[in-house]
Amino acid sequence: MELKEKLIASFMAFENLVDIDLPVHDVRSEAIKEFESQGFPSKRDEAWKYTSLNSILKHDYSVFPKLENHIDYNDIKKYFIHDIDTYKIVFIDGKYSSHLSETTHDGIDVCLMSSALSKPKYRLIIENYFNKVATKDSLSSLNTAFSQEGAYIHIPKNKLVAKPIQIVHFSTGNEAALMLQPRNLIVVDENSHVQIIERHQSLTDNPVLTNSVTEVFANKRAIVDYYKIQNDNQNASLIDSTFVNQKRESVASVHTFSFGGKLTRNNLNFYQNGERIDSTMKGITIIGNKQHVDHNTLVHHIEPNCESHQDYKGIYGDSSTGVFNGKVLVNREAQKTNAFQANNNILLSDKASINTKPQLEIFADDVKCSHGCTIGQLDDSAMFYLRSRGIPEKEAKALLMFAFSNNVMSSVKIPEIKQRITKIIANKLGVNTGFDL
Amino acid sequence: MKYTEDDLREELKTKEYEYGFYTDIESDTLPIGLSEDVVRAISLKKEEPQWMTDWRVESFRAWQEMIEPEWANVNYVKPDFQAISYYSAPNTKPKLDSLDEVDPELLETFKKLGISLDEQKMLSGVAMDVVIDSVSVATTFKKTLNEKGIIFCSMSDAIKEHPELVKKHLGTVVPQKDNFYAALNSAVFSDGSFCYIPKGVRCPMELSTYFRINQANTGQFERTLVIADEGSYVSYLEGCTAPSRDENQLHAAVVELIAMDDAEIKYSTVQNWFPGNKEGKGGVYNFVTKRGICEKNAKISWTQVETGSAVTWKYPSCILKGDNSVGEFYSIAVTNNHQQADTGTKMIHLGKNTKSTIISKGISAGKSQNSYRGLVQINSRADNARNFSQCDSLLMGNDCGAHTFPYIEVKNKTAIIEHEATTSKIGEDQIFYCNQRGIDTEKAIALIVNGFSKEVLNKLPMEFAIEAQKLLEISLEGSVG
Repeated sequence: MELKEKLIASFMAFENLVDIDLPVHDVRSEAIKEFESQGFPSKRDEAWKYTSLNSILKHDYSVFPKLENHIDYNDIKKYFIHDIDTYKIVFIDGKYSSHLSETTHDGIDVCLMSSALSKPKYRLIIENYFNKVATKDSLSSLNTAFSQEGAYIHIPKNKLVAKPIQIVHFSTGNEAALMLQPRNLIVVDENSHVQIIERHQSLTDNPVLTNSVTEVFANKRAIVDYYKIQNDNQNASLIDSTFVNQKRESVASVHTFSFGGKLTRNNLNFYQNGERIDSTMKGITIIGNKQHVDHNTLVHHIEPNCESHQDYKGIYGDSSTGVFNGKVLVNREAQKTNAFQANNNILLSDKASINTKPQLEIFADDVKCSHGCTIGQLDDSAMFYLRSRGIPEKEAKALLMFAFSNNVMSSVKIPEIKQRITKIIANKLGVNTGFDL
Repeated sequence: MKYTEDDLREELKTKEYEYGFYTDIESDTLPIGLSEDVVRAISLKKEEPQWMTDWRVESFRAWQEMIEPEWANVNYVKPDFQAISYYSAPNTKPKLDSLDEVDPELLETFKKLGISLDEQKMLSGVAMDVVIDSVSVATTFKKTLNEKGIIFCSMSDAIKEHPELVKKHLGTVVPQKDNFYAALNSAVFSDGSFCYIPKGVRCPMELSTYFRINQANTGQFERTLVIADEGSYVSYLEGCTAPSRDENQLHAAVVELIAMDDAEIKYSTVQNWFPGNKEGKGGVYNFVTKRGICEKNAKISWTQVETGSAVTWKYPSCILKGDNSVGEFYSIAVTNNHQQADTGTKMIHLGKNTKSTIISKGISAGKSQNSYRGLVQINSRADNARNFSQCDSLLMGNDCGAHTFPYIEVKNKTAIIEHEATTSKIGEDQIFYCNQRGIDTEKAIALIVNGFSKEVLNKLPMEFAIEAQKLLEISLEGSVG
């Protein structure tokens, strides 16, 4: 059975598992209809021109998480940012793992989507925010239809969350092939500040497909820092859609570090619903083998006096492919917009390829919008400089790559994440640089 | 009174098309509508050989299977292909040796356009192959060109006189089935220009053709083929203005350039078809396929100044097939009132050490939409390919839009690609700077727009640069000159 049919057929069974009296029931039913009419995207869709899902849709995924699987903390400690104190929301094969997690209801809510959807005390938030910014495209609709579990974070007014929140999804490989559809909702109210780290990790080589949707609401003057670490193994694929709705004077940033996975697609959409908003989206992609990473970004400038910064760096080796599809949309009313978009790429191998499409759509006249895009190689003279000072070729290359990606690293606000990313890159390149960036 | 940007905007809004007039020449027109019989009838009327008829019919059949493309960032009422007459030729068909033989009414038309053949001949040394309503009626300087072995004639003459060249090259760069409008053109093209430069010859003058749409309701389907043999050089100019018509007129031309080893072709266009009135009524649909192929060490350079047409859909492209070949694209696209332009280029790098440059300047005013859409593709065997692209947009007023859709596809690690795009308006600080130095606002705007477009205007041949400036003046009067 095709995956699409299987999912549609499973929907009934899924609905019976969860409470169908909830208001969210209508949202789910609506969404499955949307998915049924659209189907999975194909290369004929402009947004998917360079990314084919065929190779990852052929597996016979089990779409329901079964029982809770146990993992020992020591086996997976390395996947956490463990050297600082954090809140943790951990899922194993899509099921919440209470013994690995550390949630809170003390002034702020860091807990589960499943309880937020069912408990009356969260009803108001769910009604106001759930599925309000996510688009109706096929994969987001599919996620909405099956939305049940994920992280629910609500930070009320005037709170500075003392420690970062980690959201980690593990898959154990106890199923031959597993499809996960986590759904996160993050609401940050006036003047509050939160930092979130998200990671998806499979522990075996069994294929995993994750179709994740995250909705972030940054209300007046809120500050949201979101870090996505994507260093999964070679049979795991991730479709990650993140929608950020910003109110006036809020500051939101999303950093995406893509090193692993078979196919990774990042849909990142920012909507600026207010004045004097600042949005930052940055990414480092370093991949090899037959990996495929696709960054699809949108910044929609709706109101005046806002800024957006995009900076994506990519290094592609072996037979990997990279895609960058960035769009800046400036409405007629959004005067005095400053939008900047950069995409720099390095190709290391003849079999690697890069497709990039940075777009500007501008309807206002008093704006400063620019984009730049380059594709090139490591600088020969810089290589020579390093080699002539006794630095071996591999290390010299690594140094240049670190330098290349430094712009993105410099805006990371948690030093431990910087260290971790540096280590992952060093590991990936097989070098020991002996320094932290 | 102080001249402000608002005044300019007002002027832009009210500026009517100056060159709208209609020459009453008796025409020999086919009944409206399109069918295989009409295609055969066109071929018959033009006394074409059998292979040409077959080629047209084949294209027509392919066209019937195709659907109109909708991906471009433009909105318009689709033309009704059955409501167009596909052939019209002026009844008087003089073979010309001197201007005296030209229909006086035709000469009057040229006068209004400000292109007296006489004057052109005397002053600029440009050979004109004048096309009024699809059939060429005047060819000058043929003798000089003949001496060099250069063939420059209308497409219909080329089919009769040089069938071997036409048969070998026609449709090799833009295949019949390339796209919807190219297929339509291949089926019904009425005429166009043909140019062949023999080995090692440097064409001594700029070759030039004027296209005009004259007959009401006549789609113009031009077909141009330029072949530059090994080591030759040619600079080809194409310019057009069209009279005011209320119905939308369709223009679906195909231009094919072939630059053989070490050859160079410079193709310049000034386009000023009727853009519709200020309510967006009428105007020409300009759906053009232009493409050139470069062999070893060859160079193709496209320069265009696009000021007219209600809807423009045009992507002059270069296929850099040979090693060390070079492709260039310089463009100014000006849109005003309700005009829509979706234009850009494609640079396909196939050979080693190939190089391409793209400079695109878009100026939008009124309620117009101006898009740049370009593709830079580096194939896996194109070692050391180099591309530089720059797309700048200037917005005037708050009802227009500027869009950039660059596609960059790279499959070779030695490629170096740079792309940059900016969007801005004329800055208050820029105007202030000029004012401060005693330059009034009108002159300042002129200065800034001129500076903005200079990189492209400079690439035009002398004879054309003047006309291009004139057109910028008409399109954005008050801001230039």
